[in-house]
Amino acid sequence: MQSVENKEKVNKKGQRLVSADYILFEAPREKHFMTGSEAVKEAVKRASVDASVSYPITPQSEAAHLIGELWAEGYVGVYFRGENEFGVMSEVAGAAMAGARVITTTSGPGTLRAFENFPMWSGTRIPVQLVLMARGVNAPLSIQPDNLEVDFLLDTGCMIWYAENVQELFDMIIAGFAVAEQPDVHVPVITAVDGFFVSHTREAIYLPPDDIALEPYNPYKSPMPVIDAEVPPGRFLRDPFVMKSNYISYATHASWQWEVRSAIERSRPYAKHYLKGLIEEFGDKDGDVVFVACGTAASQAKEATRVLLDKGIAAKVVKLKTIRPFPVEEVLEATKNAKYIFVPEFNVVGWLERELRKVLYKKSNAEIIGTPRVAGGMTMPTEVVVKEVLENIK
Amino acid sequence: MSRKTISIRMPALGGQGAVTAAHIIATAADNEGYYAVSNPFFGAEKRMAPSESYARLGVVPIYDRGEVVYPDVIMVFHPQVITMGKSYTMPFYSGIKENGLILINSEEDLLTPEDKKLLEEKNVYVLSRDFTKFALEIAGTELATNMAMLGALFGAIGIVSKPSIEEGIKARFLKKYVASGGTATLDSAIEKKFKRKLELIEKNLATASAAYDLAREWAQEQGIEPFLPPPPSKEQAA
Repeated sequence: MQSVENKEKVNKKGQRLVSADYILFEAPREKHFMTGSEAVKEAVKRASVDASVSYPITPQSEAAHLIGELWAEGYVGVYFRGENEFGVMSEVAGAAMAGARVITTTSGPGTLRAFENFPMWSGTRIPVQLVLMARGVNAPLSIQPDNLEVDFLLDTGCMIWYAENVQELFDMIIAGFAVAEQPDVHVPVITAVDGFFVSHTREAIYLPPDDIALEPYNPYKSPMPVIDAEVPPGRFLRDPFVMKSNYISYATHASWQWEVRSAIERSRPYAKHYLKGLIEEFGDKDGDVVFVACGTAASQAKEATRVLLDKGIAAKVVKLKTIRPFPVEEVLEATKNAKYIFVPEFNVVGWLERELRKVLYKKSNAEIIGTPRVAGGMTMPTEVVVKEVLENIK
Repeated sequence: MSRKTISIRMPALGGQGAVTAAHIIATAADNEGYYAVSNPFFGAEKRMAPSESYARLGVVPIYDRGEVVYPDVIMVFHPQVITMGKSYTMPFYSGIKENGLILINSEEDLLTPEDKKLLEEKNVYVLSRDFTKFALEIAGTELATNMAMLGALFGAIGIVSKPSIEEGIKARFLKKYVASGGTATLDSAIEKKFKRKLELIEKNLATASAAYDLAREWAQEQGIEPFLPPPPSKEQAA
């Protein structure tokens, strides 16, 4: 019987099937040096992905290409290039509804072209993972980092996570499946990073061995029936009563929308576990100058806290790892002694500042300053962050 | 003046391999035990269009990302960066820090008297040489210009040993990775030209090594101190 047992725990590539806990917290790790796109490949290689569909757009093309290489090597079940991003997001949805673990990647205009699909993903409760490498949205044309598109995605009913660097991107992709596939969560997860700043940046990363992989997705734990020969696709979407204009159809739609958002709320304990907390604090814990940021903006704020410390100003960074769910309790706690809260962002609208103001309204006496804010591919030099702080504090 | 990090800006032209150079520079510094990050920035990916890459090295973890606006070192890969303004910033040395370093791939002196005055005031060292000549004479192709440039960098800043540089170059050419579609095409073109990959590595190493020696000697003549303290202890697990 030994051989049967072994067979169950090893996939066709000979990878031992293990839990997300084992991959993330227990497996030995070795140092490598690679780009964010390469880290996506390494994560997918260890994630027992059944299907992936791609469409090239800068800056995520390389990540999509590398997932294709994994398919060629036999690590990914199905892989093809979609007609366009709308096709891609529809096709991965179809695969997920049929019980597959799926992942895809896109950026900027690709996200917008695919947009109708994101609320459909969450509404159909499929645990799809989208790795979003944020870039400017046209026009005028920009292929450079800018995360305005993340604002558009905030209320699609998908979980939105934000990785700061290459290491976090790898870990978040593994954690993303683990959390999204919980039966009481079971909504999509969008793992965002800043294009180029993470996708094309090469840095040190610690990886578990590649002879292990995440246990396969079990679609029969899904809160929605998996489609097969007897269950038609999207059955619940076209049940007749929903198509009628009457109160019960309205109530069905409304309650289901609430349910999707409740599912995101229910992801909190799982995300806290697999991400080791929904926020990360960096710098002087008691600092009264606080940066609240995500992604590369958090990196730049970290550099700035060092410079400020040299100038005798106690500052800290509260880095958000999840935006949906928004780490409300964590942020309230981490900013309770703040006198000034700076929100550096890579977009023109300041969506994170807006989110933060909503959470802190009537709960904080800190002055909230939505700066520095850069966009369209601009860099946010440490010197600029420091200058903004010095100009704004008394 | 003791630095904890150095930021390197590499204005180049598309096709010159500045992205590859940045990756090798960071990999080599990582091998040496430093914290290192490389970070290219693309415009339109086409030959002869301005293209910039960045590398940051340090004795403390590096969070900084994006364009290097205030560089310690600038490596000008092509005279047109200066003569035709093929640079993301004007002048090409904008933002250069005090006691910085500029390497220019040109046998002509391309700096105006005003440039020189400004750079002297900031105590910036400038090394102008035809590094493409190293590539042509040693590797037999100007495509190895980036190897000469990175060799010269390490010779001048004096913090990364030749074995670490070799490891960095080998990691680039022996490990399969694609920086972009254009790079993949370029790689196959290079391979055809050299026929054998190992031969290619040997020639790249020799090119980098010769430029390293020249720059090392120059740096010693100038009395340039190493740009960073020795690396922190190696292999600290995450």
